[in-house]
Amino acid sequence: MPQDSLNINGNAAQQNTYDAIVVGSGISGGWAAKELCEKGLKTLVLERGRNIEHIKDYTDTTKDPWELKHHNSITEEDRKNCPIQSRIYAYDEVSKHFFVNDLENPYNQVKPFDWIRGYHVGGRSLLWGRQCYRWSDLDFEANLKDGHGVDWPIRYKDIEPWYDYVEPFVGISGSREGLSQLPDGKFLPPMEMNCLEKHVAARIKENFNDRVMIIGRSANHTQKVGDRGPCQYRNKCQQGCPFGGYFSSNSATLPAAMKTNNLTLRPFSIVMGVIYDKEKKRAKGVRIMDSETRKTEDYFAKIIFLNASTLGTTSILLNSVSDAFPEGLGNSSGQVGHNLMDHHYGVGAYGSFDGFEDQYFYGRRPNGVYIPRFRNVNDKTKRSDYLRGFGYQGGAGRGRPWIADGVGVSLKEQLLEPGKWNMGVGSWGEHLPYFENKVTINKDKRDKWGMPTLDIDCEFKENEKTMRKDMMNSAAEMLEKAGLKEVNTYDNMPAPGFCIHEMGTARMGRDPKTSVLNGNNQMHDVKNVFITDGSCMSSSACQNPSVTYMALTARAADFAMKELKKGNL
Amino acid sequence: MNRREALSTVALLLGGTIVGANVFLEGCTPGDKKAAATGGPLTFSNDDVAYLDEIAETIIPTTDTPGAKAAKVGEFMTVMVKDCYDEKDQKIFVDGMKQLNDASRKKFGKSFMDADAKQRTELLTEIDKESKDAMAKAKPEDPKPYFRLMKELTLLGYFTSEVGATKALRYVAVPGRYEGCIPYKKGDKAWAT
Repeated sequence: MPQDSLNINGNAAQQNTYDAIVVGSGISGGWAAKELCEKGLKTLVLERGRNIEHIKDYTDTTKDPWELKHHNSITEEDRKNCPIQSRIYAYDEVSKHFFVNDLENPYNQVKPFDWIRGYHVGGRSLLWGRQCYRWSDLDFEANLKDGHGVDWPIRYKDIEPWYDYVEPFVGISGSREGLSQLPDGKFLPPMEMNCLEKHVAARIKENFNDRVMIIGRSANHTQKVGDRGPCQYRNKCQQGCPFGGYFSSNSATLPAAMKTNNLTLRPFSIVMGVIYDKEKKRAKGVRIMDSETRKTEDYFAKIIFLNASTLGTTSILLNSVSDAFPEGLGNSSGQVGHNLMDHHYGVGAYGSFDGFEDQYFYGRRPNGVYIPRFRNVNDKTKRSDYLRGFGYQGGAGRGRPWIADGVGVSLKEQLLEPGKWNMGVGSWGEHLPYFENKVTINKDKRDKWGMPTLDIDCEFKENEKTMRKDMMNSAAEMLEKAGLKEVNTYDNMPAPGFCIHEMGTARMGRDPKTSVLNGNNQMHDVKNVFITDGSCMSSSACQNPSVTYMALTARAADFAMKELKKGNL
Repeated sequence: MNRREALSTVALLLGGTIVGANVFLEGCTPGDKKAAATGGPLTFSNDDVAYLDEIAETIIPTTDTPGAKAAKVGEFMTVMVKDCYDEKDQKIFVDGMKQLNDASRKKFGKSFMDADAKQRTELLTEIDKESKDAMAKAKPEDPKPYFRLMKELTLLGYFTSEVGATKALRYVAVPGRYEGCIPYKKGDKAWAT
């Protein structure tokens, strides 16, 4: 290892050659690292940002609000440096060091697109919303049935054992419901609903025979998972958890990988491209630039996992130009960068409730409730006006009035006790894969490391817009039937990207002519390159995607190891 | 404080509802961005802090629990106005400090600092009503009246201060567990977060 490489593990591999290279240390890269290391492969993990050590680097998260200079508010300077990142709910005075500086990390919005990023070891696994929902064949068969996108090369039975495999290690709390469209997983005990949520769940069941409201399935640990957790109900997850109360690469997969002595972690490593060997038709390794010293360096391995996040991985592929692949590595299909999807959300309803005045709650539950998809799940629920469907996340609570008329003793007294119970539900809807929703590299506009920036050209179209009306109205209908008062609807229509579920730009498929990856997340064109971050997705479904990335990663690592043993890679 | 911060504050204060609250808070900000501050550094004197402390104490007075002055809300306001306000709101706030004093001189013939507690309450009750009326007539994009800014900062600063959170309200840094339904009786204090 060169002097300027930070070899955290201490077991320096000889020169720059490893068995496997994983690009990215976020939620899928962490899993790739763990699986490959545990299979005995000497694995180099390249991370473009700085290192974040579990617990030690979760600065200020144990401070009380009054110990923070701005009591957890964000500043004008934050808004100036991070005009995009600072609008995300998880961006606060403590968590802000986990978000990129927008000015230093530019991209080009051909159409409005909010690209939310965390460049550091662990990536956005430190910041994620922790909701974990399995997909079902309703999702894996969707493209085939309605003709949008390409058919998924896998079905639920292919991924089911891998959900089973990753979930107990992740540590997901949830309830078993027996729903075909949202299969049960291997859960820790569920969190509790509060009074109003229990009431609303019962009323929804009474009033609607096609839907249920369940407690959120969350990677917050209701029991210890190994030496992690349990969750302490502080609800400060985005700041990093000193109790290891939720799953992240930093708390879980990277320590497991490190334990094998097979991991080498190299932060400050910007991957400039994958090096392709035309003779062998394999990738040889990757070229990086050290973001601090700006020195370039090559690393070599038999297999390469790209887990740099959807747009990060896409950028690497498009920058990996060679005689064999003038349009980017493994891009003979011309699909790399296309079919960009997110979920569309920021639409729903909220209302207040008269009652339960003698009830309250204890603790700050970092989780809400979930209403699984109930549209277009069978013939009875078929819609004529749009395809696919949506789910809801939400929650109830008993807020304290934060302002009232007047000043003085009477004002103060009005603000000391909880007010009415209230509840809100917001919807997450499926975004169809459209070829023209795309990302390309812009060589004329380069970042401070000289790398081309991305042009992002993505929008929601008619199907999404039509679906949103139902997302909003159905939310209000459910809350009203559940007895809430003063029910209001909202539709903020955030730009794509703001849901932070961007995916689809190196999709899986059966045909190398129309897809980038096969059913094992292996590049059709370059057999020793695997992509298991969000870019692999052939459709978006409406569920939060992370646990599916994790399952696909473990499955692909298993396949890669078998192929390696067979001498196929 | 812009709409997002105001709503975020609600979310913060909703305590256990933060997830649900976020659901309808997310995404409400595009187009709601404020211009970055580019002017010279804004400074407040010790007298300014003392004056703001008295305004805050009038808004949230000492009762059987400490008031805003004990929570050092005056100082908090200056930090927030300096760091978290855009230039436009900074000007409204700073001009407002003068306007409030002028109003006191006009009404009582003396500065706010020289007015007694009863006079201060009377004056701020009036100004509060004026700002409420002004807001009712204002368009959504109009800036907030200066007293609304002072009041919001006072409430935010006080209820997230140590005395506000732990004495006026209830605060547990590390709850350790979640219970969805516990008995509540009138008079029990709300959770601070």
